[in-house]
Amino acid sequence: MPGNFITTSFEAMLGWGRKYSLFHYPFITACCGMEYMSAACAHFDIDRFGAGWTRFSPRQADLILVVGTVTQKLAPVLRTVYDQMAEPKWVIAVGACAVSGGIYDNYAVVQGIDQIIPVDIFVPGCPPRPEMILEGLLALQGKIQKEGHDWRWKKKKTS
Amino acid sequence: MEEEKDVLSSLRAAYPGDVLEAGAPFGDETIVIRPAALPAIMAALRQSPYEFTMLLDLTVVDYPDRPERFEVVYHLLSIPRNRRIRIKLSVPESAPVVASLTGLWKNAEWLEREAFDMFGVRFEGHPYLRRIFMYDGFEGHPLRKDYGLRHRQPRIPLRK
Repeated sequence: MPGNFITTSFEAMLGWGRKYSLFHYPFITACCGMEYMSAACAHFDIDRFGAGWTRFSPRQADLILVVGTVTQKLAPVLRTVYDQMAEPKWVIAVGACAVSGGIYDNYAVVQGIDQIIPVDIFVPGCPPRPEMILEGLLALQGKIQKEGHDWRWKKKKTS
Repeated sequence: MEEEKDVLSSLRAAYPGDVLEAGAPFGDETIVIRPAALPAIMAALRQSPYEFTMLLDLTVVDYPDRPERFEVVYHLLSIPRNRRIRIKLSVPESAPVVASLTGLWKNAEWLEREAFDMFGVRFEGHPYLRRIFMYDGFEGHPLRKDYGLRHRQPRIPLRK
């Protein structure tokens, strides 16, 4: 065959483009934030995976990292922040508290943020090491790649 | 310097009927007083010669078996004299009302709001007594012993 060209499918291109350009919004409430900061800074360098740009506005973010304990008082705030994000959007719950409430099985703490917003990737650990957070990000990238044509906003409109 | 050595006995002499107990268990000077005498005794402790200028902490202990169920505990620190004292008083569940100390120590405002939030003890004369940790609409007081261990009150409807 003459010429220089590649063939691919639109879905694969779209997934590839999306998974390497995640703007993330850190929703940090507790000590896991230290691990997030470590993961985000130069030593572990989340930028290697295309998620280096932190947007401190949910309206410009694709990915929300919920890092730390979410109380019942904070739950409406988290829901509002999630609703403000534009589609398509993904959620990673980082740390035992965000995943399941952790050691705080009491009157004040939400037992897992999946009770408030849909979660794509759970990263357990108390706290998880930065490598775990990066692995969660890689798992999310794999998920985004496979999502392909199945766009979320289309899903939402039909359902 | 001599008179400040014995805060407990001077208090006992000054308020004979109001100081129910005075002692130093585990080396911490503690007095138990009648609730009605709280404003007078605290105002005296705030001033010379005691000069307890700092309200370190204000907490409540719930003793469900006692007739006077809630024990309010104050911790004071005298920065000029480098002394501490603990003041306790008990109030019944039927009327858990204590005088507010916001006029003496400004930080009592938040401490009393916390005690009200967690135990339902009301502080008379507080300028703005509402919940500080839990949200508006929360029912009950979560640190009371009869608050259910597994009792949950989600603020927003959770996802199915």
